[in-house]
Order: sequence, then C-alpha cells, then structure tokens
Amino acid sequence: MPPLLEVKGLHTEFRTGAGLVRAVDGISYTVERGETIAIVGESGSGKSVSALSILRLIPDPPGRITAGEILFDGRDLRTLSEAEMRRIRGRDIGMVFQEPMTSLNPVLTIGRQITEVLEQHQGADRATAERRALELLEMVGIADAGRRLKQYPHQLSGGMRQRVMIAVALACNPKLIIADEPTTALDVTIQAQILELMKSLTRRLDVALIVITHNLGVVARYARRVNVMYAGRIVEAGDADAIYHDPRHPYTMALLRSVPRLDQPRRARLDPVDGQPPDLTRLDGGCAFRSRCRFAVDRCGQANPSLAPAGEAGHFAACFRSNELAARDVAA
Amino acid sequence: MSGGANQAPLLEVRRLAMHFPVSEGIVLSRKIGDVKAVDGVDFTINRGETLGLVGESGCGKTTTGRCILRLERPTAGQILFDGEDVGRMDRKGLTAFRRRVQVIFQDPYSSLNPRMKVGDIIAEPIKVHGVEPDAKRRQARVRELLSICGLDPKFTDRYPHEMSGGQRQRVGIARALALDPEFIVCDEAVSALDVSIQAQVVNLLEDLRERFGLTYLFIAHDLSVVRHLCQRVAVMYLGRIVEMADGDELFDNPLHPYTQALLASVPVPDPRVEATRAFRPPRGEVPSPINPPSGCVFHPRCPMAVDGCKRERPVLRELRPGHWVACSEVH
Repeated sequence: MPPLLEVKGLHTEFRTGAGLVRAVDGISYTVERGETIAIVGESGSGKSVSALSILRLIPDPPGRITAGEILFDGRDLRTLSEAEMRRIRGRDIGMVFQEPMTSLNPVLTIGRQITEVLEQHQGADRATAERRALELLEMVGIADAGRRLKQYPHQLSGGMRQRVMIAVALACNPKLIIADEPTTALDVTIQAQILELMKSLTRRLDVALIVITHNLGVVARYARRVNVMYAGRIVEAGDADAIYHDPRHPYTMALLRSVPRLDQPRRARLDPVDGQPPDLTRLDGGCAFRSRCRFAVDRCGQANPSLAPAGEAGHFAACFRSNELAARDVAA
Repeated sequence: MSGGANQAPLLEVRRLAMHFPVSEGIVLSRKIGDVKAVDGVDFTINRGETLGLVGESGCGKTTTGRCILRLERPTAGQILFDGEDVGRMDRKGLTAFRRRVQVIFQDPYSSLNPRMKVGDIIAEPIKVHGVEPDAKRRQARVRELLSICGLDPKFTDRYPHEMSGGQRQRVGIARALALDPEFIVCDEAVSALDVSIQAQVVNLLEDLRERFGLTYLFIAHDLSVVRHLCQRVAVMYLGRIVEMADGDELFDNPLHPYTQALLASVPVPDPRVEATRAFRPPRGEVPSPINPPSGCVFHPRCPMAVDGCKRERPVLRELRPGHWVACSEVH
C-alpha cells in the first residue's frame, strides 16, 4: 500500500516587498498510515507554510505553490478543484492550529462548530450531529460536555478550546491530522494534557499525525520520525532516536547543543548556534546554514547540498560533510 | 542562601499583595470582587544573585515584577530595595531608584519605539536622567553599550524593524544597561526568541551579571532556561509562592506537589529519556483567581490533598536548609 501522504518536490513562494521568498524550497517526505511525524524548525524555516501548502491554504497572492506533488491517498491534491479540496479539508484531513481562539468562530456555540462539520461533510441530520458532538467532547476529556456544547469559545479556557479544536478535527474520522504548534500558546501542564490526549486518540483511532513545532522536547516525546527544516528545506530526516543521538547535519547538532535541559544540572555556559537566522530574500545557490556553520568549507558556497543517506537506513542529511563529521565524532 | 550572613539582601519583598478590582456591567458598573494576582508573597534577593520566579500564566509572577518596579502600587506589603521602602520614596528617591533598577521585557517587537533609531533608543535614558549632557560622549557611550551587548556599533543608525528578534532583544538589554543599574527585572526576556538565538541571549545575560555585578529577578515560564540561569528559584501558583530553594535542589528534589507536576510536564529533548519517563500531567486547570479555592489553592488538583487542605492555608516553611515549601503534607 502506498503511504498515506507523499510530498514530492514541493515549492511554495511568496512575493514580498523585499523580494521573492522561497518559503518552501523543494521538500519531499512521506507519512505512513497511523504514524506520527514531526516537522521541527525555527521561525521562517517554512514548517508552517509546508503544512498549509498540503491543505492548499496559502493565500494567493502573495503566496503560490509553484511546483511539486502532494499525493494524499493516491490523489494529487494540487490537481483537485477548490470544491473537491473543501471536501478533503476537515473530512479526510483535520487541522489543529496554535491559537484556538482565532481558529474557532467566536459567534457560534461550541456545539454548532462541531455539528456544522458533521452536517457539511457527512450529511448528518441535526439530532445525529448533536449526539455525536456530545460524544466527541466527552472523548476529548471535557467535563460537563452537555453544558459546554451551549457555550461560546470565549467562555472556555485556552486548554479547553484546544480540546474543542481536537474534537472538530476528529469529528469526521480523518486519516490525517495536521497540528501546527498545537500547544505553544498553552501553559506547560495544559500542554502536557493536550499532547497526551492527542497521542492516545491518534493511536486509538489510527489517525496519522503531523506535528509542527519548534519544541525539541515535544518532538522527542511524541514523534517516531522527524524532519528538521532550515530556510525552506528539510536539512535532516530520520528516526527520532537517530536525529537526537546521531545527528548528521551541523544545524541539528548545533540546535541540540544549544538547548538548556531540565534534566541536567547548571552548566557554565550554553553553546549557542552562532550568527543570525537567514534572510530568505537573500539566499544564494549555496547552503543557507553555512554562515553559521562551524564546519563550512568553500564547497558549501558553491552548491546547496541535497538530502543524502547518512548513518543508518532511513536517515538523511543535506550536508556535504555529514559522513566526515560523523566519523570525526566517533574518533573524538 | 548565598552571601554572607551580615550582608543585607539587595531586595526584600514582604507580604506583598496586589488585588485588582473586578466590576460587572457597563453603565451602572459595580465591583463584584477582586483578582488576587499576588496574595502574600515574601522573598529576598542577594547582591549578585539571580532569583528565578516561575509559574504558569496568571500565577502573579509578572505582577510581582511590576510591583517591584513600582509600575503598580501594591494593595499591601512592602518592597525594600537596599533597605529603603520603595512605596515611601519621594520623587527624588524614586528618580534615583529608577536609575538603579531596570527592566527587560519579553517582546523585542513592542518594547522598542519603531520610530526611533537604535542609537536614540539607547541614549534616551542617559538623556532623561541627565547622566551625560555631552552629545558626543553620549554617542560614544551608546556605541560602547552596543558592543558590550554583542552588536556592531554601526547599528546606531538602524531602526528596530531592520533587525532580527535576537538583535532587537540585545538593543533592549543595552538600553537597560545604559544607566549602570544594579538590579534588572527580566520579564520573560528570552521567551519570544528562537531556540538557536535564545542560548546567545542567555549567555549574554550571564556574562553581564558577572562583568557588572548585576542582580536579576528572572521571571519566566520556561523551566529549562531557569534551571540554567538561576541560583535560586521560587515557584508561584495562583498568587502565592508554593516552593523556593536553590536551583539544583529545587529541580532535583521538588517537594511541593505542584512543583512536581510542573516539572513532570516538561518534555526533555531526548527520546531515550522520554521513553523511560512516567508522564502524568496534573488533572484540571488553574482555577480563577477571582474566586480561588479555600485553604491551599492547589488542593482541587493535588494528588496528596487531605481534608485539612480545604480549610487551612499552608505557610511557607523551611523544611531543609534554604528549601521552603508551602504544603502541610510534606515533611
């Protein structure tokens, strides 16, 4: 069986006052059925744009998908009409965004937001939809679900709103959920509750999940496979364990070294990634990380390395020196 | 606690309370209660020390910082800076206080005036306080401050929007340093920054503390950064300090059930460590500070709560040397 989602050579560009920005610059990856993968990166890495591109939610203008295929369940989403695409969104692919206050409709009750999806996508009648809405709220752990159905988003806490978003995303038994920074706006104890909820529900219902985040802890806890993005490209991809314990791209290495860890005593100094994030309007043909890279050589300015096998099977890095660096680590 | 026994703390906060009135109705508005943002908080900070103040949104950590800066007039309690009561300072005393105490805010986008050049932003406090009337020498001082903060002195002519988030936060730090302060309140000073930039700014703050003998109150929700930067840490919940101890002691041996739950909720960036961790987030959510639970404010979510917790408000007790806990069930 082919993978549930196969992204091939996806390019998304934005025309801005400062010039053309290649927000997503040729990325390819797959998601298997029922699998959780993470896309990790910092601001401007293209991680959110890559997800919005899958759903064809890029505002045009200024943005545009310029190349690539998005094969979902065997169909290329780029070739579908807008009407067909609307049927996919919310039915086959659910979405959970960072800020539940702006993604829920403030003038509709919680109940209505869920029943609307069920009526639209499944042709459910009002009574059936309402029964199912109650079930869904209970499933996402909202106490006193009957009362909550009649409330409006502003009457709920941030954590509860995110639970509602998850209920909406799951309403039509999707095959895939895309969660873009689903817990970034939440407090840490609520973040933990929401992540555990998403983990147990996606497992139980066999839904695939793409988690987009900048939080390396969240990735370590929840994802089996990881794509690391930098300046619009996937610079490293592989199993979470390999990415964290045998990183092959200098950016991943530097990123992991720079984070302070709660489980380690005070160190004298952190080891930050040098320099500033890249200006996406000023990228040349070379590797975008080279100005911050401790291992850059002349070659890195001449061409942009593409993903190549590194380390164990299924592990890829986009660095000319990745195998050399790994050998050096072993020697050290 | 660090510091000699005879050395008085630089900052002392005593029984601090800050209640905001809550009203209902627009035309005939009437007061219906108080938000007890800070509800009886005590701590001290010694010279050269960094105290971390942590907790989730609404716990009162930012309001505590604002009271110390005298951006709020507290409902009750005292704040002593270098032995002087901040609440009773006259105009002259307050001007001197504002030179010695500075703040670094979270958002480097909204805390810098977008119409001012970086050089003018940093020079402004020097001008306002009349520290350096000579324009040339003031410019030299601005360039010095920029380079202290790791920025090219050429940046004086730039506008904030021409800089990255990390660079902007460095400008905010340079401005805070302009008057040679002794004490800086860092309110979520690195929270808005990307991971790769955050470590640079954390290192900068640490270097500046050593170089200029600064004292910090570091208000943050990111516990990993706090563990790295702070010698002592106080954990707040719903307006109260529930636990306070030296950094490593607090993170390695948390005693209060809320601190334990908080630490257990933070995922560690290592899949092997995560695979071995029991992960049980605390149930429920933080209750409203308008009508907080009786007794111990954490009791409705606490796995250890007994009947007495509903009635009696636990006091902060020193259970081990330097390790303070507000829980009647921990001994």
